[in-house]
Amino acid sequence: MSESTPILEMRKINKHFPGVKALSDVNFRLFQGEVHAIMGQNGAGKSTLVKVLTGVYRHDSGEMLLEGKPIKPDSPLAAQKLGISTVYQEINLCPNLSVAENIFAGRQPMKLGRIDWRELNRRAEEALKRLNVSVDVTQVLSSYSIAIQQMVAIVRVLDVSSKILILDEPTSSLDEVEVEQLFKVIRQLRDDGLAILFITHFLDQTYRISDRITILKNGEFVGEYKTGSLPKLDLIAKMLGKELSEFSFAMGGEERKKESGKAGKDGKIVLLVKDLGLRGSIAPFSLNLNEGEVLGLAGLLGSGRTEMARLIFGIDGANQGEIHVKGKRQSINAPRSAMLAGMGFCSEDRKNEGIFSELTVRENIILALQGRKGTFRYIPKKKQLEIADELIKTLAIKTPSANNEAGQLSGGNQQKLMLARWLATNPIILILDEPTRGIDVGAKLEIMELILSLSRQGMGVIFISSEFEEVIRCSNRIAVLKDKAKIAELAGEEMSESNIMHTIAGGR
Amino acid sequence: MGIWRRLSRSKLLWPLVTLGILLLFNLFFTPHFFRIEIMEGHLFGNLIDIFKNGAPIMLLAIGLTLVIATHGIDISVGSVVAISAGVVAMLIGGDLAGHPKYPIGFAMTAALVACVAAGMWNGMLVSWIGMQPIIATLILFVAGRGIAMVTTNALVIWLYVKPFALLGQGYLFGLPFSLYIVAFLLLITYLVTRRTALGMFIEAVGINPTATRFAGINARSILFWCYAFSGFCAGVSGLIVCSTVMSADGNNAGNLFELDAILAVVLGGTSLNGGRFFLLGSMVGALIIQTLTTTIYAFNVPPEIAQVVKALVVYAVSLLQSENFRARVAGIFGRREIAA
Repeated sequence: MSESTPILEMRKINKHFPGVKALSDVNFRLFQGEVHAIMGQNGAGKSTLVKVLTGVYRHDSGEMLLEGKPIKPDSPLAAQKLGISTVYQEINLCPNLSVAENIFAGRQPMKLGRIDWRELNRRAEEALKRLNVSVDVTQVLSSYSIAIQQMVAIVRVLDVSSKILILDEPTSSLDEVEVEQLFKVIRQLRDDGLAILFITHFLDQTYRISDRITILKNGEFVGEYKTGSLPKLDLIAKMLGKELSEFSFAMGGEERKKESGKAGKDGKIVLLVKDLGLRGSIAPFSLNLNEGEVLGLAGLLGSGRTEMARLIFGIDGANQGEIHVKGKRQSINAPRSAMLAGMGFCSEDRKNEGIFSELTVRENIILALQGRKGTFRYIPKKKQLEIADELIKTLAIKTPSANNEAGQLSGGNQQKLMLARWLATNPIILILDEPTRGIDVGAKLEIMELILSLSRQGMGVIFISSEFEEVIRCSNRIAVLKDKAKIAELAGEEMSESNIMHTIAGGR
Repeated sequence: MGIWRRLSRSKLLWPLVTLGILLLFNLFFTPHFFRIEIMEGHLFGNLIDIFKNGAPIMLLAIGLTLVIATHGIDISVGSVVAISAGVVAMLIGGDLAGHPKYPIGFAMTAALVACVAAGMWNGMLVSWIGMQPIIATLILFVAGRGIAMVTTNALVIWLYVKPFALLGQGYLFGLPFSLYIVAFLLLITYLVTRRTALGMFIEAVGINPTATRFAGINARSILFWCYAFSGFCAGVSGLIVCSTVMSADGNNAGNLFELDAILAVVLGGTSLNGGRFFLLGSMVGALIIQTLTTTIYAFNVPPEIAQVVKALVVYAVSLLQSENFRARVAGIFGRREIAA
């Protein structure tokens, strides 16, 4: 029955941005009691579609029907009033307020002109209990895990009148246990009859939670499928618009393993780190990196991968140990000295530590190179454009031109932009912290291909990723980290997911 | 078409439109507003006055533009104007016969050095200690007046050394001398920020200081020098203020100038959130403020109402420049069209 009457229907939605057609004739349907995933690469139009639905953007043409009636929300608030609730990737809550306050902020129950705290806490507890979450609602939000915070955010937006819940990348910063916790809640909401729109980059999560999948590609509607009848490989192929075999690399991780170890033994050492450490950040560690080698850093979240990278690049000052670059000892006490020694570093936190969203793509690319040359040896604009255009082409960065603002690019392209900034300086050593996080499969593969081709050209690369599979595919050698210390190095045949897991678990 | 599109995207458009409206208003309602007379080989008239009287704020706005672009603020500039005036007046001395105590050049240099030092103090607090700019410069905002009072022994020093009057009252080729100082400093600042990478670095610091540091740029030193430069600009402004009235009054010189200067920068299109900055825009902003003041005077508005009128106009201008507001107004009209 419900099959014939979707609660929400978007028909032939079109949306232009200057120079880009973000959505063309996209259809989307949402049914009660279903989880519907939108899949597509970065720039496919997923977030634009959601923003049209939630009133952030207004579409150029097409229609939206909610329970059969046309709607045209012109602000997120208007959408909310219609019963469309959204929980965004970055949780918009106040970490220093209690859980209960967060849930009811702005609509606290009052009694005699004052906030009725007992009622407030009781209702908050009740609301969470409905989702089988029991926490002390009087504690401050920040004392709970991101997963709990995520659920608090869901409870907050879920009004009695909610018909549709949109979850935008809710799992991107959760660990496996937390994801399962969240999924339980989502399933329960679904069984209660809510229509849920779920956006994620994780393929297997899509399969675990969703009932229906809509695929977008380059702003176009590819199709709507029942999750059960769409094999994973087909999904990937449809998202990429290519046959999977075209991505030779996606299949052939094996080849790399054979190569590994070789570069390690023959190559010249470009980076030698001896007993580098910082109390309270990471225990002293040693490592070396050869010319043309990719060294993977594997470990769980919080194992000290990022701390290691920050220490090598001089962001945090080490209180012991030494760094040699190409056989010469360097005193590296700031990113600037690391850069001058020939290093580059792409942070895992693109937004806060990488991209200048209001500067142009050209400026974002040229910045480090210009910094190295110094303020007064100005690279003429024409030359800047040449360098930028060249790198835009090599890395296939999708932007209307080098003079567009970097903030307009999608996540994967911003990642490439950071990479381009460092490639412009022609570094000897490149440190990449989670370059594949939060970007889609296609862009991930492209970036991994890029890392390999850079190493083939002789660059030494340190590659950090939470996904062991990626680390194994890309690296010649892997340093394993646990509890803020380097505990092992794996090479050649030793590099396998189970081996890394066992090493971390401590019992090989 | 091409020019119009470029202009409509330019940040200079709205400041210029505002200035144009103000001038147009005067064209219709203020008699002789645009009349320029030649007396003793100099040009006189309201338009010349606007430039002449606006010069001190324009100078402050040049330095503040860079500071604000770094996502900072310098509220001490008014006090630094007083320091500059105090130091130069003390060193030239109030000799009635017009003999300077120390050479004028020396006195001016000393005043500028003192002001750059004041700016460096601000810069140090912000960049090395990491203080919030408004608090860091609040210290000098308060202390600066005190320093100025100390240098003049809490007296108003009157100057009678004729050559020093050139800065604020003199003319060159028929135009006020201070205008050349503004133009010169503006040109130099423009060249140093836009013909080198400095402008981009300043904007980068304002948009994302962490990413700037991670890109291997010495963000701290850029911050530091922006504040030092703002001190320098305030110093030059103070010299002109002192020369215009030929006196130094630690209490009143440059009083509330910081507010006009900040307003000038913001009216000129540079956001208080830092990032992109527009030196020319800031100049137009300063001219808007001065034109407004001159207009209010020309209308003989009583002083007690003048401030209110000024506030209302500034309010209107701010609304006009807000993209959000314009979009809303457009939205209202757009809907009407559909309804009709």
